[in-house]
Amino acid sequence: MLNPDQLHDQLSALAQSHGLSRWDMGASCSTDLSVQVDRGKAHQLKGAQRSAVTVRVWNSDGRVGITSCSDLSADGLAQALSGAAEASAFGDLQDPPDLSPRSTEALDPLKREPQATRPIQEMVQTLISAEQRLLDSHPSIGTVPYNGLSQRRGERVYLNSLGARRHEERSSASLYLYARAEEAGRKPRSAGAVRLGHGTGELDVQGCIDEAAELTISHLDYAPIDTGTYTCVFSPEAFLDLMGAFSNLFNARSVLDGLSLSKRESLGESVAVPFFSLWDDARHPANLGASAFDGEGTPTARLPLIEGGILRQFLHSEGTARQFGVASTGHAGMGAKVSVSPDWFEIGATPGAGCGDTSLNRFQADGVVWIDSLSALHAGVKASQGAFSLPFDGWLVKGGERRSIEAATVAGDIRQVLKSLLAFEGEAQVTPDGLCPHVWVEGLAITGEA
Amino acid sequence: MSFLESFWQQRLELLLSAGRGAGADLVEVFLERGDRLGVMAEQERVTSVSPAFVTGAGVRVFRGKDHGYRDGFVSTNDLSEAGLLQALDQALGMLGLERNGAAASADFQGLPALKDYGLSKEGWLDQSPGVAVIAERLLEGTARLEQHAQHLQARRGSYSRDWQEVMVAASDGTFARDLRLHQTLGLSVLAADGEHRASVARRFGSTDHPEDLLVWDADGTARDIAASTGTMLYADYVDAGTYPVVLANKFGGVIFHEACGHLLETTQLERGTSPFAGRIGESIAHEAVTAIDEGLSNRHFGSIAMDDEGLEPQRTTLIENGVLKAFLSDRAGEWRTGQPRTGSGRRQSYAFSAASRMRNTFIAAGPHSPADLIGSIDNGLYCKVMGGGSVGPTGQFNFSVEEGYLIENGELGKPVKGATLIGDAETVMPRISMCANDLDLAAGFCGSVSGSVYVTVGQPHVKVDSITVGGR
Repeated sequence: MLNPDQLHDQLSALAQSHGLSRWDMGASCSTDLSVQVDRGKAHQLKGAQRSAVTVRVWNSDGRVGITSCSDLSADGLAQALSGAAEASAFGDLQDPPDLSPRSTEALDPLKREPQATRPIQEMVQTLISAEQRLLDSHPSIGTVPYNGLSQRRGERVYLNSLGARRHEERSSASLYLYARAEEAGRKPRSAGAVRLGHGTGELDVQGCIDEAAELTISHLDYAPIDTGTYTCVFSPEAFLDLMGAFSNLFNARSVLDGLSLSKRESLGESVAVPFFSLWDDARHPANLGASAFDGEGTPTARLPLIEGGILRQFLHSEGTARQFGVASTGHAGMGAKVSVSPDWFEIGATPGAGCGDTSLNRFQADGVVWIDSLSALHAGVKASQGAFSLPFDGWLVKGGERRSIEAATVAGDIRQVLKSLLAFEGEAQVTPDGLCPHVWVEGLAITGEA
Repeated sequence: MSFLESFWQQRLELLLSAGRGAGADLVEVFLERGDRLGVMAEQERVTSVSPAFVTGAGVRVFRGKDHGYRDGFVSTNDLSEAGLLQALDQALGMLGLERNGAAASADFQGLPALKDYGLSKEGWLDQSPGVAVIAERLLEGTARLEQHAQHLQARRGSYSRDWQEVMVAASDGTFARDLRLHQTLGLSVLAADGEHRASVARRFGSTDHPEDLLVWDADGTARDIAASTGTMLYADYVDAGTYPVVLANKFGGVIFHEACGHLLETTQLERGTSPFAGRIGESIAHEAVTAIDEGLSNRHFGSIAMDDEGLEPQRTTLIENGVLKAFLSDRAGEWRTGQPRTGSGRRQSYAFSAASRMRNTFIAAGPHSPADLIGSIDNGLYCKVMGGGSVGPTGQFNFSVEEGYLIENGELGKPVKGATLIGDAETVMPRISMCANDLDLAAGFCGSVSGSVYVTVGQPHVKVDSITVGGR
């Protein structure tokens, strides 16, 4: 267990002994359990007890130094602080981070009690049962080569010399089932599903089995697709993946570094069709990674980034906010150079602007590519260029009938995509990365494997 | 602190004996102490210096054939005796075993003499460059970029150092220690001219040689990046289609690594996801292809004095003239698949249990010149610089091409961008029909079940007769 008061006192004393009056610290500890099974038997069982601490200090020149350590004992803290003091000799004077003035604001804590963890043998039995039910769901499903059930319980603190004492606990659990199916004379096919919860008891095991089975079976009958330009409908997961890969659009750090597709003066510009809006909401009830404060202790909040197709706001750390003359939005990491990153996207229709062409229905479409999941985003996305070329799993819908696409890539430019949205279809769905409906996009390049 | 201090052996023996006494067939403990440093320079200044210190242990307990070859693994940052015993207890509990107080195993006689691969490496950490030297070299690199390249919007140089002391002890008598040093240094740019944008990066990787940073060719790297940037800034998107392609040497080998190499690891055999299972002695590639994985070569990023299970690495011929010869195997892989260990048990850190992983993996040189390969194609694609990629659970792969050129009538044509190569190993390996005589290797990182490990990929220029190219 982390004791914020004790850690604060320890750091204060250590800093004082080094003649340092300005410092902050992030620390965390967690316990993890995970299991994998293979054809009815436990295959790999893992546990972990983790701890980590990062200390930043400001020296008398105003330079910042940082050091991380895995040891939360008094020795570890001393090592981290001493290392940070040494590193501060090389701190950047031109654009140094500062303590967030919002780090001592009153915090609205997240009302989520960490859930109790389950014994590992119970986890094994749950997963063996899930594997068996998935294998039983269709004769062509021969194995579930990738599977796992895991649970984590952890806590984190943020403390600084301004008096900030942030502390929160959280628990999470996940289940994934990835099946492999094969029919005589055909290539093997695979698909899977994931479920997340605050604890293993919250996981929708049957839903995960059903989705994995349904997806795997749907890919058994496959055909190549002709290379060409298609109207596409993205699943919520796939569209959120795409938006996440291009989150530099909203990232003030990237804007300042010249690595974003946006510029300082882009705020207020039209970047998407009018019915498109996007919020970032670290505190959303469905966000399992929700946190009440960021790496600098700044409170998190729900923020509109695109409203009515207009770029409204960037995500900020203390440092970027200072340069833009605004308040930090609570999206900072902790570093010598502070990173900025989004939390959890909420994509939906602009109030009063409709949701595009309401006649579009992916179950009655013709000649439309339904993209269920994107892969290899690390390789196929050129974030600073706006371009992407990504393999996907999905179906070609013809006359309302869908048939799995053997292997294909989808390519385009994110700026063009946001201007070529045709419609949102259906209700927004909760996914691990955010909330989003199915999204129709016109004119994307599809390459099929001949 | 060093793991050579005598109490560590006593502590390890206590764990191994207690684990065996509880009924485990094998107990393995991996200790790690790490000293890491990251430095970044942007434009004309150093913007980040980030040291990190890590200590941790991974305790793995096995039960053998009679119990279904199961294992339990627990990692911890708490290296006290109590912390390690707690990890052991948890690992034993996973397999339904319980430590019987202070009872020790009668058939565990203690550890043998330490095999210390780190003896000659004690000075490496102190000999590696300090922050001031690193900063100087990075700023030299970003200055050279400014000098040689045009339309630059951002210039970056980055350095990372990963120094590790590792010790492995197991109840089968394994007791070994090593010191490791990996350094990487990279330069990258983003260039923009109106609507045209290009990002280009190069990374240099060094293992075991503290002084390598000093011999890094900043000017040559900057010139190389500048040339690629100038070419790719105005390149058109490639037309999608199916073409013959020539893949350049060095990092072109990433395709073999991802598309075929992973399928030759016993972790894939265990899962039943390798199409090459049970096919040793069969032809799985064109006869022009001989492929090797080894951990021995001096300076190569994937070289290791011992693997993360304490075994010395080997040179493993995977494919010889198209015929499958061997798989890469670790301890668990040997138990579960019968494939003999190859010194390939690797892990990113104490936080992962070791798994069969590649080291320095390459396609051997052939008899042709690169010009022979390009000259044999009327209409195709030359992939000069490959980006990243991935391979799916059924063996289908995809790779981005960072710098490509059309091949027209046997000669290189205009540059193209946005290409992605897609296919599957079983289909593509028989189509690698020509290998050139210019084998070269490149450092990289490989992410898989046991985390991110240092590897080398490589090949000579190779020709693939036909492959699908995703584009626009």
